[in-house]
Amino acid sequence: MPLWTTIKRIARYGFVGFVRNGFVSLSAILMMTIMSFMLVNIMISNAAMTSTLQDLTNKVDVTVYFQTNASQEHIEQIQKSLQALPEVASIAYVSREQALADFRERHQNDQLTIQALDELGSNPLGASLEVRAKQTSQYESIAKYLQAQQDSQEGAGASIDKVNFYQNKTAIDRLTKIIDTSEKNGIAKTVFLAFCALLIVLNTIRLAIYTARDEIGVMNLVGAGRWYVRGPFMVAGVLYGLVSSVLVLILLYPILLYRPVLIGLDPTTELLFGSFNSYAYYTGHFLLFFFVLTGTGIALGALSSYLAVRRYLNS
Amino acid sequence: MIFFDKVSKTYFDGQAPAVFDITLGVEPGEFVSIVGHSGAGKTTLLKMLFAEVIPSEGAVFFGSREVGKLSNNELLKLRRNIGTIFQDYRLLSTKNVYENIAFALEVAGRSDEDIAGDVPHVLDLVGLSDKIWSFPHELSGGEQQRVAIARAIVNQPDVLIADEPTGNLDPINTHDIVGILKKINDLGTTILLTTHNKSVVDSIGRRVVTMDQGRIVRDDKDGKYSL
Repeated sequence: MPLWTTIKRIARYGFVGFVRNGFVSLSAILMMTIMSFMLVNIMISNAAMTSTLQDLTNKVDVTVYFQTNASQEHIEQIQKSLQALPEVASIAYVSREQALADFRERHQNDQLTIQALDELGSNPLGASLEVRAKQTSQYESIAKYLQAQQDSQEGAGASIDKVNFYQNKTAIDRLTKIIDTSEKNGIAKTVFLAFCALLIVLNTIRLAIYTARDEIGVMNLVGAGRWYVRGPFMVAGVLYGLVSSVLVLILLYPILLYRPVLIGLDPTTELLFGSFNSYAYYTGHFLLFFFVLTGTGIALGALSSYLAVRRYLNS
Repeated sequence: MIFFDKVSKTYFDGQAPAVFDITLGVEPGEFVSIVGHSGAGKTTLLKMLFAEVIPSEGAVFFGSREVGKLSNNELLKLRRNIGTIFQDYRLLSTKNVYENIAFALEVAGRSDEDIAGDVPHVLDLVGLSDKIWSFPHELSGGEQQRVAIARAIVNQPDVLIADEPTGNLDPINTHDIVGILKKINDLGTTILLTTHNKSVVDSIGRRVVTMDQGRIVRDDKDGKYSL
């Protein structure tokens, strides 16, 4: 028999079985829909966490303040040596004049401080370098490097007035821990929920196929090959996944816009996450959601059916 | 054509064998009724023919080939060449009459055109042309058994195995089904029938094999039902 004819017949029986076993299909679709919403919850929560941590991370830096009499040559020397460090992501130079202008702007409503500054006559502020690391855990080593330069009191190191990392150390350490923990928790949560979802879907489809176990026996008896028996069930499994993922993709629009709490996304969490907006994230990453949800649904449906039918083919 | 060579089957260690040391040959075109009490080993014997039960000892031959030594694909081919009908009909409940019969043709690799021609023809043979689009739950017991027979013979198998086919039917339907089986046999198909029904065996008037406690106790060429 031509392969195309076999595929066509398997697809037709899969589709017909999907329609005729309406209630069984409906329960499988509902289960897979719940699973897909769980997946969406994980994806959006992880994205929100990552975005928030990214915001916070961007606010952290190590600042090197130079003496007021530090030469431009020394500052450039330190800047070059920092650029050579693999941990360093970027360095921003703030000149003495810029520092003074920033200071005036920050204290424009504080007449007393401005007056005191004017009375000094000269600029009391030194130039500085704001250093960003690639990862928060790397600030410590950058700060240590700068501290060692300062402690040596030789060459450019003698021009360093202060390294402010140690004032922020507690905050940076805490942030590093939060990032590490949330990443580990995120992975653990994802793996655990994915495992639960797999079990739930597998059992739902197994139950659906359990009702057809006698028919599988009859198909074996009339001489149907293994793929001819399991094929239509796998097609139905793929349809469960496809229909449920399309359903979720459509429902996500109103849910994320009006009631994210329906899929376990707490609005207070959204407030905590500040600028992150789950609806905007969803619409902006629609293709990602489309491929993840349909891909997972199709793969899970087909795999669950394959495993469930195998049990009765072997018996 | 069919030869059971000293076959025995024990399902669980320590239990009495369901079938013990049976040697039986069946020639092409024969109509053999196998009778005996429940648990005599009739169904076990038949199931060995299409390898749903594997003998603990001995061998079953279909033609020149030993059934137990067939590969998976060869076994599928063998099953397509043996029609089977059962007391509980075993139809595919989510498929209509046409699809139930077409399924047997599809797995045998027949084209859609052949199927469209053969299914109405075989339904005509069993007298169910007007039920072609009905589902099994819409049919009476007798009608369901006719569909099962149609499915079993549509591939024109060499052998038809009928395991208590009239067990759930009233006398009129029983008479009709026996009539159909005789007609199929007249067309050259070998038939192996198991039954408890005396009037069925007596009305057929062909070879009768009597089993008791897993052994063959009588084998009459033109037999009547007797236990």
